[in-house]
Amino acid sequence: MGEKYLLEMKGICKSFPGVKALSNVNLQLRAGEVHALLGENGAGKSTLIKVLGGIYHAEEGEIWIEGQKVNIDGVVSARNAGVSIVHQELVLVPYMTVAENIFLGREAGSKFNIKRRQMTEEAQKLLDAYEMHIDADTLVEKLTIAQRQMVEIVKAISFNARILVMDEPTSSISDKEVGFLFETIRTLTKKGVGIIYISHKMSELEEICDRVTVMRDGESVGTRVVKETSKDELIAMMVGRELTNYYTRDFQNPGEVILKGEHIADGKMVKDASFELRRGEIIGFAGLVGAGRSETMKAVFGLTPDMKGSVYVEGQQVHIKSPVDALKYGIALVPESRKEEGLYLVQDVQFNSTIEVLGQFIRNFRVDYKKEEEITQKYIDMMATKTPSQQQIIRNLSGGNQQKVMIGRWLATDPKILILDEPTRGVDVGAKAEIYAIMNELVKKGMSIIMISSEMPEIINMSDRVYVMNDGRVTGCLSHEDVTQEKIMQLAAK
Amino acid sequence: MVRFKNGAVKYFKDNIGIIIALLAMCVFLVIFPTTRSTFLTQNNVFNILRQNASNLFLATGMTMVIILGGIDLSVGSVIALSGCVAAGCVVNMGLPEVAAFLIAILIGAAVGMFNGVVICKTNIPPFIVTLASMNITKGIALVYTQGAPIRCMTDAFKFPGAGYVGPIPTPVILMLIIFVIAVMLVNRTHFGRHIYAVGGNAQAASFSGINVQKVKFWVYTFTGIMAGIAGVVIASRLYSGQPRSGEGAEMDAIAAVVVGGTSMSGGSGRLGGTLIGVLIIGVLNNGLNLMGVDSNWQYIVKGFVILLAVYVDFIRNRKAGR
Repeated sequence: MGEKYLLEMKGICKSFPGVKALSNVNLQLRAGEVHALLGENGAGKSTLIKVLGGIYHAEEGEIWIEGQKVNIDGVVSARNAGVSIVHQELVLVPYMTVAENIFLGREAGSKFNIKRRQMTEEAQKLLDAYEMHIDADTLVEKLTIAQRQMVEIVKAISFNARILVMDEPTSSISDKEVGFLFETIRTLTKKGVGIIYISHKMSELEEICDRVTVMRDGESVGTRVVKETSKDELIAMMVGRELTNYYTRDFQNPGEVILKGEHIADGKMVKDASFELRRGEIIGFAGLVGAGRSETMKAVFGLTPDMKGSVYVEGQQVHIKSPVDALKYGIALVPESRKEEGLYLVQDVQFNSTIEVLGQFIRNFRVDYKKEEEITQKYIDMMATKTPSQQQIIRNLSGGNQQKVMIGRWLATDPKILILDEPTRGVDVGAKAEIYAIMNELVKKGMSIIMISSEMPEIINMSDRVYVMNDGRVTGCLSHEDVTQEKIMQLAAK
Repeated sequence: MVRFKNGAVKYFKDNIGIIIALLAMCVFLVIFPTTRSTFLTQNNVFNILRQNASNLFLATGMTMVIILGGIDLSVGSVIALSGCVAAGCVVNMGLPEVAAFLIAILIGAAVGMFNGVVICKTNIPPFIVTLASMNITKGIALVYTQGAPIRCMTDAFKFPGAGYVGPIPTPVILMLIIFVIAVMLVNRTHFGRHIYAVGGNAQAASFSGINVQKVKFWVYTFTGIMAGIAGVVIASRLYSGQPRSGEGAEMDAIAAVVVGGTSMSGGSGRLGGTLIGVLIIGVLNNGLNLMGVDSNWQYIVKGFVILLAVYVDFIRNRKAGR
């Protein structure tokens, strides 16, 4: 066998009715390494992890841990084999203390006499060992998302896990908290724990991971040492082709000012934001989480009751009191969190595509079903959305395709001004590139786009100008020629 | 899963499970020795339809509330109050019957508006708000009648519940007209789609420029109107306004809605399914009666049938990956 691995998954196959989810997947994890698992949505990462965690049972293939063949046929046997998973959705009980959560289901003492103090002490010992400054006696609901994640990790470790899987651990925490998470990861690897790290963010790979295995269409495409590979190579492995033009943007001379906001404030997070948007232009809004970017746009869009400041559309002052008003002036907003603010998850693609434009096909108790289908198809084609049919329930589409349906829904209102809030969050690289290309097409045709984004590369490459916000104020505006990551950070942290 | 498209084929495909269940029950009753001679007579069929017209009114409103992501427990009490008011207006105030019926239906609308306003303005869960208004409404009915039924025997009063148009019982005709109106409202208007949108994701609906509160208000009002109509029909059939009628009617309505395949979590559902749900429960009640099953046992049978019907639908949907 040559080298002895901590974990070896060989030739794993797993099918669901009608789909081959995994075919002949191989993965090797060394002790003390952080091993990234990379792939587009639907590439089979989650399925592989579920096989490892005992949630799914693979039809073929072997799992070896420390040179021993193991049979994982359930969550308990996975745990006994030393495998622990920190899920993307955190599964702590909010109204219990940290200690109670860590020992949930295996409380100290007897069934009717739980020894709380002993539990709390043991939990505290664990927390301190990993230098997490968390009190074991606090209620989980009082913790930040990042702290909850730490508790999840400690909980996983407390099962004496030697193999730890982290599923997109940084998707909902701030940069500072990411630093802290990485420190914890380094402490763990020093103790010989092997970590499988799932993430979409390339920058994190370089910072924390040793090796990376790329998956595509249910197969493992290859494993690389992070230091010896490049971002381009990894992306090419993920999408199966070279992405020559990741960012498509033909800069042009923008036209007249089409939207202007002056001294916008919402009495809470937005204190003083002014900006100008010209025809045929993309402006970016950069800043840290909580800087008030989304809130500024919500105020413009009529979603904030006590909005202060003035908004001008094509030179005329307008009073937008509700999204209906905003649509009337040709403004559309694709919100930040698809699932909470955008999608009707139990409904199909058609319903989700046409809810803004019912007036085009429902009149006088008559529904023009053909028209409805045409509208839906038009935006499926325009956005290159991949869906088996218009009747597909939207929950079953991938994040990228959901986002495309969302953007299509708002394009159907034929807006002059399109506000995109984090348009590529949770979207795989292939779909990202497609969304950028569509944005480019739209502005070429004279639409104007405001893009709020926390991803620096996309802000820098796509925007004509970048407004930076900090603590509810616009602290600066950088033109495309001037903009750099450093300049944005200076303004964002001013 | 919602289908807005009409067409018999699609309708059968969507509701195939419960249609088979309904047909199976009917076939059984046609074959079973003690019910063979009675079940398929015109008398009995009209009887089933007449008895279940009121449940269809309630279940139609209830379907909309449940699609909206809410619930309305007050409809049973509205039956009592609106029935008593209808009888009282005729007997005590000497109003013409038509006016009395309209007032009774408006009372139903008023209770619905009350529910709608409280739910929108306070954000108290609909279950609790309508539980409260269920008690309030019932109390008002009891206070108004001092606990005794108000008898009203005029021909015009008997017409909506006990009368006939040609050979067909009036409530059956009313039921068809109102059901068709409700289907048009839900499937063929902006308002109808907005109900699905609000029930599916209220926050997304407000981003879409839908006035969420307005939609909620009108759906609860509509449900109140439906309950008011049911109250009139029942009072008319009983020749009297009875302050204790309609007890537990909300549960029969909810049962019909869930048997009809509407999900309690909101955002999806179909009125067409509810129609079959009402018929299943109606045929079941009728069949058990014809077979001479003890009324105490009927509850037990009904409970298990509801559970079975919903479970089968649940399995079917999971297989279809919905």
